[in-house]
Amino acid sequence: MAEPAAVLELEGVDKDFSSNGVVTPVLHTIDLRVGAGELVAIMGPSGSGKSTLLNIIGLLTPATRGRLKLTGEDVGPKDDTALTRFRGERIGFVFQFHHLISGFTAAENLMMPLIIGRGRVTDGMRERARASLSEVGLAHKMDARPSQMSGGEQQRIAVARALIANPPLVLADEPTGNLDTENSNKIFELMRRYNRERKTAVVIVTHDPRIGERCDRIVEVVDGRIHRDERVQSPAAKF
Amino acid sequence: MWEQRSQNALMVAGVGVGVGVLVFISALIGGLQASLIERTTGSQAHVVVTPLELEGRPVLTDDPNDEVRYLRRVERPVQRIRSIPEWRKLDRNIATVSGVTATAPIASGPALALRGPTERSVQVMGADAERLEQVIPIVKNIVAGSYGVNGSDVVLGVDLARELGVGVGDRVRIRTSRGEGQIFLVRGLIDMGNQGINKTWALMSLRNAQTLLDLGGASTSILVRVTDLYAADVAADRIGKVTGLTSRSWMQSNAQLLTALRSQSASTTMIRFFVIVSVAIGIASVLVVSVIQRSKEIGILRAMGTSRGGVLRVFLIQGALIGLAGSGVGCALGAGLSMLFRLALQNPDGTPFFPFALTPALFASSAAIAVAAGVVAAILPARRASRLDPAEAIRYG
Repeated sequence: MAEPAAVLELEGVDKDFSSNGVVTPVLHTIDLRVGAGELVAIMGPSGSGKSTLLNIIGLLTPATRGRLKLTGEDVGPKDDTALTRFRGERIGFVFQFHHLISGFTAAENLMMPLIIGRGRVTDGMRERARASLSEVGLAHKMDARPSQMSGGEQQRIAVARALIANPPLVLADEPTGNLDTENSNKIFELMRRYNRERKTAVVIVTHDPRIGERCDRIVEVVDGRIHRDERVQSPAAKF
Repeated sequence: MWEQRSQNALMVAGVGVGVGVLVFISALIGGLQASLIERTTGSQAHVVVTPLELEGRPVLTDDPNDEVRYLRRVERPVQRIRSIPEWRKLDRNIATVSGVTATAPIASGPALALRGPTERSVQVMGADAERLEQVIPIVKNIVAGSYGVNGSDVVLGVDLARELGVGVGDRVRIRTSRGEGQIFLVRGLIDMGNQGINKTWALMSLRNAQTLLDLGGASTSILVRVTDLYAADVAADRIGKVTGLTSRSWMQSNAQLLTALRSQSASTTMIRFFVIVSVAIGIASVLVVSVIQRSKEIGILRAMGTSRGGVLRVFLIQGALIGLAGSGVGCALGAGLSMLFRLALQNPDGTPFFPFALTPALFASSAAIAVAAGVVAAILPARRASRLDPAEAIRYG
């Protein structure tokens, strides 16, 4: 079977942090390739560099050395404006604490990536938000504010928000870390569904081995190095 | 959400109080100054054109045997009543000077008003009634009778009339030191809001004044009104050049008053400046806290593709909107306070004690200042927000 097209490619990526002249290496020679439609779990102990790796992939933190390609395009040294546009067009984010904007309704939160991209609200955006909310089973929460929704509902909206602009890559940092088993299951299923239906590449940073077992591949990071990169033979269907 | 609303309400209230003070003080000082200037210029021409003063005569040491005679002193000449040569032609020339709206040639000089045993020094002012009215508003200052100077009519200053014991319809003799004078019928009394005028002026026709002062057909000065009150000195210079006569603006004649008004304006500007600085510091403080509280949201927006410029704009616009909303509240507050003072503090005749100048320009300038202060105050917090590292902001908030 032909290998799916690469959405993400990292070659020899290093990351050093420096403070008061002291340089601390955090990531060492990371090589990673994620194809379209792949669902990859990045696992590892606390402080191993998982989140830093995710931030580099998400163009939120620059790598110290190495090369990063997104959908085949080299993300070389770019200014902040170019990186921001790149990020907005090609990457969706899901965070542990949903991070919806408290002053906006569910629909407005959902539309945010589209509004940022277009610079204004259009009728089509509202329709798209309605459809997305239906897909995550929250059509009735269209005008609800985050404070009027449960943690699970808010995280479902956060997933829908990450995917509303159809980015080729979704990055999720502990997306179920703050949820109970039932809601964790719903959130994972949602991401898996989008991943399969839209061939979206999904990279999840998680501590939860049950999440890892349900992904296509587990990349384990230990002490800033890729310690293990294995395909999951038969991903589990449920927790 | 509630926190953000409270913060915004707090900032709008702060701007509102500041702008309210700004509007109130500006309206009060502006009103007082306008009233003072109106009272000053309401009883005098903007520019007065008179003949050139006679120059002093050198007086030398008087010993004719001396080889060298020294200057002992300069003898100042007696400034007798002098007329303007070819005044009709000059009057026409003045009327063509840019900025001049009306002119009124007058014949004026000192005289005595007699009524029975009482006599008072008066300043005879002879002019064509309609033309004088265009330069100095007389009609609105008539407090008894009417403004008429035809035939042997005279209009007296209200204090002069009281001291002479005359009223409308009475007769009074006015004469100079050189003649018998003439009997005049008191047609009206004026109160120009100036004691000097109220105690001395006797308004009559140009011809009567010329006869009384023995001027033949001459005029002693030309009174001029100009379009821009505050550019009267410029107009006076132009008129001086055109006529070659002495041309003094009301600003030159009231230099001390203008200095006092300028000092007052400077104090008001300082007060306004410090009020705005306090308002701006207030907005900036709350916005800095707001940036800290909203760090996570800013980080998320940055992750979703909002540029640094976009974040900067959001906070600058917020500053501008707070300034605008605050200026609305402040204008209403300032106007309300002014109205309250106007109603609460009145003179015995029912006129306001403080003349407040609430003008659209004042509201517009206050709003513009508040919006500018809001934007300036938001610059630092906005820069801080735009420079947040999105990864750190999301993780540590």
